[in-house]
Amino acid sequence: MKIIIVGCGKVGATLAEQLSGEGNDIVVIDPNYEKVQAISNAFDILGVAGSGSSHSVQVEAGIESADLLIAVTGSDELNLLCCLIAKKAGNGCQTIARVRSPEYNQELRFIQEELGLAMVINPEYAAAMEMARILRFPSAIKIETFAKGRVELLQFRVAENSMLDEMRIADMDARIRCNVLVCAVVRGEQVLIPDGNFVLKKKDIVSIVAPPKTASQFFKKIRVQTNQVRNTLIVGGSTTAYYLAKQLLAMGIDVKIIDKSRERCEILSEELPKATIICGEGTDQDILMEEGMTRMDSFVTLTNVDEENVLLSLFARERTPGMKIITKVNNTTFDEVINKLDLDSIIYPQYVTAEYIVRYVRAMKNSIGSNVETLYRLVNNRMEALEFVIRKNAAVLNQPLEKLRLKNNLLIACIYRDGVPITPKGQDMLMLGDTVIVVTTNRGLNDINDILAER
Amino acid sequence: MNYGMILHILGLAGCFEALFLVMPAIIALICGEEVFRVYLFSIVLCAVAGGALVIRKPGKSTMFAREGFVAVALAWIWMSAFGALPFVLTGEIPSYIDALFETISGFTTTGASILTNVEALSHASLFWRSFTHWVGGMGILVFILAIMPNGGNGTTVHLMRAESPGPSVSKLVPKIRSTAMILYAIYFGMTLLEILLLLASGMPLFDAVTLSFGTAGTGGFAIKCDSVGSYTMLQQGIITVFMILFGVNFTFYYCLLTKKRKHIFSMTEVWTYFGIIAVAILAIGINVMPLFESAGEAFHHAAFQVGSIITTTGFGTVDFNLWPAFSKTILVTLMFIGACAGSTGGGIKVSRLILLVKGITKEVSLAIHPRSVRKVRMEGRTVESEVIRSVNAFIALYLIIFVLSVLFISLDEMDLVTNFTAVAATLNNIGPGLEVVGPAGNFSSFSAFSKLVLCFDMLAGRLELIPMLMLLVPSTWKR
Repeated sequence: MKIIIVGCGKVGATLAEQLSGEGNDIVVIDPNYEKVQAISNAFDILGVAGSGSSHSVQVEAGIESADLLIAVTGSDELNLLCCLIAKKAGNGCQTIARVRSPEYNQELRFIQEELGLAMVINPEYAAAMEMARILRFPSAIKIETFAKGRVELLQFRVAENSMLDEMRIADMDARIRCNVLVCAVVRGEQVLIPDGNFVLKKKDIVSIVAPPKTASQFFKKIRVQTNQVRNTLIVGGSTTAYYLAKQLLAMGIDVKIIDKSRERCEILSEELPKATIICGEGTDQDILMEEGMTRMDSFVTLTNVDEENVLLSLFARERTPGMKIITKVNNTTFDEVINKLDLDSIIYPQYVTAEYIVRYVRAMKNSIGSNVETLYRLVNNRMEALEFVIRKNAAVLNQPLEKLRLKNNLLIACIYRDGVPITPKGQDMLMLGDTVIVVTTNRGLNDINDILAER
Repeated sequence: MNYGMILHILGLAGCFEALFLVMPAIIALICGEEVFRVYLFSIVLCAVAGGALVIRKPGKSTMFAREGFVAVALAWIWMSAFGALPFVLTGEIPSYIDALFETISGFTTTGASILTNVEALSHASLFWRSFTHWVGGMGILVFILAIMPNGGNGTTVHLMRAESPGPSVSKLVPKIRSTAMILYAIYFGMTLLEILLLLASGMPLFDAVTLSFGTAGTGGFAIKCDSVGSYTMLQQGIITVFMILFGVNFTFYYCLLTKKRKHIFSMTEVWTYFGIIAVAILAIGINVMPLFESAGEAFHHAAFQVGSIITTTGFGTVDFNLWPAFSKTILVTLMFIGACAGSTGGGIKVSRLILLVKGITKEVSLAIHPRSVRKVRMEGRTVESEVIRSVNAFIALYLIIFVLSVLFISLDEMDLVTNFTAVAATLNNIGPGLEVVGPAGNFSSFSAFSKLVLCFDMLAGRLELIPMLMLLVPSTWKR
């Protein structure tokens, strides 16, 4: 597929890397020559220096033959203009625009429909929704849904005194009496796809696949709190905080927001009458204590400074060990180091944005050949969970799983047949119409047949 | 420095050289020549050496610009070192240094020879010599990456950059692999067309193929002692046209083939290149008129020589060493100009020259209006100062290498014109120079040391200086 990306910021670069890695033809446009140069050196893509809203620049980038244009510059209006021009200049070119201003957020649907955009994405809103999802199910670090919500993939960290510590995966069924499948383990910097003899250790980040009910049973049995949080403390009154607070209040969760700017606090209190707005320095320990941080269920750091967010979260983790903590980090450069810290959930807004867009591109490709229904990137894009539907031509059809020669680092995590999720065993077969969830550290699977090792 | 990955690439290059060597082996088999066994042995040697390095998986596959440059430079040396073996083993070129010179001259599409009697070589060796031109013309590693299934992640950009001629690499399409495929398709198609035309003009198949390889890579190895002097006017004419065509930026053909026909009119470099050729033919044609029977003949030979020199091919129809000084001077000037960027030709490249002139114009106007703000523009867009800087650095480096090389080979006590043109002919990948190394002469009288210096010049010229120089810098090799 030929994709034009306008804007080489963080999201643009992440998108360029991921989409070109999946075999798409990528052309990036940015007025900054050095940025274009750097990004087209780093990945196998073409760069055009110029304004993305210029017709001639778009033509130079090959808009006539492009399938999709993604506008992710810093300006909403520019993004929309790029999309409009692409719509007229291209031959059936679809468009995606990033529109982040809250003013437009109410009107997103209108904008999308009237301007004929395929997708409008608001990174702050997307990140806020992701956080809200986590707070609804706090024992997990991350939750993804498959088979239209009937199967979930949950990531959680094995606690210090958890019964999972030192447990062999093959013994889990017998000892916990709960049918979940461990599909991936992150230990330190490694991402492992475990087999039955794998032994879990404390501090591992474990991914399991199960239907939602079984998942909550599982968490109850390993004695982890599963209920939705009751209240939350948000430090930093950014746009993301606004979206998050709004969503949480709608879910019946008490929200307290701390921000140092009085002006901002006043706006927030107007917009969010039900929330408690505190005007003060969020990094001030006294204020945090005064506002009862230790009695809170959850804590979200949303200041604009990554370092502050990380330190605040570490402080909260130390003072209140049981609390659910979400940290927003903008700079992805040091994600390996940050992931090593005991920080619970971390949200990188540009990963969230990129993931939404990549998911859309996958779906678009799906209609022209690829068979991936859903795709999730986990552990900073080092692991993928994919959902396939078994079609007639699948080479894996009606063969026992134990007979299939699968690629290394790949696991069939779940088969969903006639409304029933099945945890696959060696004798199970893949049948026509099944939905299959595959977890792998390999990149670029496009078809269910790609799970087989090459002969 | 990722040594594992570099060794892996060297291994790949070795395996592909084994494949390339299959071609002359087949020729030997068809012609029933003794040297077949030698070529078979070389194939096995290349395959084993290459295979051993390929099987060893590199720990990390990350490559940066540094690895790209070093891998390309080493791969060219490595392929030349192995490519020279058949010449030594057949006894056709007894000295290894001579054989190495001949092979490097082949791969770098120089066409400078140390052979006094080319016609004594076996058909297989003649074919191998010409085939190296064809392989080297477009670039070896880019070819490998084009056809490897997993070739073409971001890191291969560095390989392409190091191997492609011209001040900046322009991809035709987003994927490097598709770009390389398109370039090779154009290259292959044009070579085939030339072979067919030469066959139609009545040339024997073997001659047509080898000469087409020499033309396509802008190499210049011929299979006769008088280069292409003994062929008919028509055949020389076909070669003239194709030499000039292969010196054109391949983007030109891509635009011509796709729907971007309008774009070709804005390609300043290509039109300047054609302009220089026209002026040079006119000037030399008039100048050499008294030497030939008719004006037509004079212009025919002037066109052939100009095409041969500016594209850095190096074929000859007549001994231009005997021409008047004015014509010779024009030819020597053309040696330095060279072909277009993005073609198979060598030299400084027309686009660099245009940028250089525009840069100088800017400096002069800056002296007149010290506060004026002015950007250099080319082909309708602003040229980044980064590009101008790299062009200036290239020219400076070029001059330093040139002067040092002339100095080193002057130890052989040849005359200055010989030394000067020998370096010009190798550094610009042309082949023949003047006097001793003129079209009728060869490089055999140089000492082994001078030959090695010229070998370095050929590689440096083909790889655009920087990759070869990087090999000499100690900090390149630090981990």
